Amino acid sequence: MQTVKMVVTGPFSAGKTEFIQSVSEIDVVSTERKISNREERAVKEATTVAMDFGRITVDEDLVLYLFGTPGQKRFDFMWEILSEGMLGFIVMVDSTRPETFREARSILETFRAYAPTPFVVAANKQDKKDAWDIEDMRHALRLDAKTKLLPCTATDRKTVKEVLLALLYSILAEMETGG
Amino acid sequence: MALRGNLRDFTVTQLLNLINLAQKTGTLVVDGPKEQAHVAFREGKLAYARIGNEDNRLATVLHKANRLSVNQYRTIVERAGKMTDKELGLMLINAGYVSQEDILVNLQGYFTGIVRRLFTWVEGFFRFEAELLPPEDRINVRLDLENIIIEGSRQLREWEQLQDEIPSLDMALKFTERPLKNVNLSVEEWRVVSYINPKNTMKQIGVANKMNDMEVRRIVYGLLQAGLVEIVRPEGASTTIPPHTFPSENREEQKSLVNKLIGRIRSL
Repeated sequence: MQTVKMVVTGPFSAGKTEFIQSVSEIDVVSTERKISNREERAVKEATTVAMDFGRITVDEDLVLYLFGTPGQKRFDFMWEILSEGMLGFIVMVDSTRPETFREARSILETFRAYAPTPFVVAANKQDKKDAWDIEDMRHALRLDAKTKLLPCTATDRKTVKEVLLALLYSILAEMETGG
Repeated sequence: MALRGNLRDFTVTQLLNLINLAQKTGTLVVDGPKEQAHVAFREGKLAYARIGNEDNRLATVLHKANRLSVNQYRTIVERAGKMTDKELGLMLINAGYVSQEDILVNLQGYFTGIVRRLFTWVEGFFRFEAELLPPEDRINVRLDLENIIIEGSRQLREWEQLQDEIPSLDMALKFTERPLKNVNLSVEEWRVVSYINPKNTMKQIGVANKMNDMEVRRIVYGLLQAGLVEIVRPEGASTTIPPHTFPSENREEQKSLVNKLIGRIRSL
C-alpha cells in the first residue's frame, strides 16, 4: 500500500477540520478539546490540539492522507512534525476574520520555510456576507500574483475539491518544470 | 536556589525585573548564541556590562562616543596602556578633556546598549553569580533598571510581532515590480537593500551587514510593508519536492500517482 499526504494548515478556527471532513471517506480522527480561553471560546467551543486526520482511498494501492494542523500557536511544535514528507499544503484563511490574516501570513511563511513543496491558499467562508473580497485578501496576505488563492466553503465538498485539485495541478506543474 | 535557566523560559526583561525587585548584587552571565555577556548589578542597579571580547575600556567608549579625538585616543592607548579605567578617568578630568558627567553618561549609555542587545537574545542559558562583582579597576555606574525594563518589554513585544511576520530568516528576498524610486531609505536600509537577491538568505544579509536578527527583521518588515520586496525561497536551494514525499523515486511513476490523485478527487 502506497500512501501520500497533504497538510491543511491555517489560524485558529479557519475551518481546517471541516475542510477535511468534507472529503474524507472516514470520520475525521480528531483531537479536539474544549477551549479554556474565554476569547477563543467565543469563536468556537472546541479546537484541534494535535492534528486531524482524514483519508481518501484512490485505489487498492494508493491512499491520500489529509492532516490538519492545530491552529493555536502554542501547539506549533506539531507543525514541523506534520509537514515532514508532505506532497503540498493548503493554508486555510477565514475570509470574515481579518484579525487572523497576519497570523495566516506567518503560518504560510513558516510552512514555506519547512519544505519547498507547492501550496495553495483557500479563502474560507466566501459564502458569508462579510467575507473579504479575494483580491483584497491577496494584498492583505501579501501573496504574489502567481500564488493560487481560491474561494472556498469548507463545508461544501465542491469547493473543497477545487482547492485540492488546484494544489495537485501545482504539484504536477512543479514536476513538469523539472522541480 | 541557584538563579539559572534558559532564556526561552525566562526572558531578559523578567530577569532584570527580578534583580530589581530583589535588589540583588552580583553578575548575570548569559551564554548567547554566539557570545557570552556579563552584566553586573549592585543592590538591584546596573553597575557594569561587557559582551564577548568587545573592547569596553573607558578610552574606547569615549572615543566611540566622539568624546575623544582619534589622536587623543591613540595617545592614551600608547601611553596609558597599563592604567586602570579609574586612573585614566581621573587623569582625563584633571587634564580637562572630559567632565565626570561625560564619563558617567557615556558609560551608562554603553552598558545600557549592551543590555538592549541582550533583549534580542531569545536563546541561551543564564546564571546569576552573587559572588561575582564588577571588576575593581573599572568605573561602575549606578543605573535604575525600571526604564530599561520598560524599554525591554516594548522591544520584546516588537520582537514577537516581527517574529510572527518573518518567522524564518532562511528565506530570501526579491524586489517586486514596484520601482525603487523616490523612496527615502536610511543608511541601514540601503545596506540591506544592496544585498537583496534571491540567492541571499535574510540570515546571510544580516551576517554581511553585521546586523542581529532583530535589526534585519525590522528593516525587512518595513520593506515588505512598503511593497518593495517579497519573500521567496532562496535560489539555488532545492526547489524540488523532496524525494521521500513519494513512495517511488521514478519521476514518471510520481506523475502517474499525482494524475491518479487528480482523477480520484474529481470523482468525489
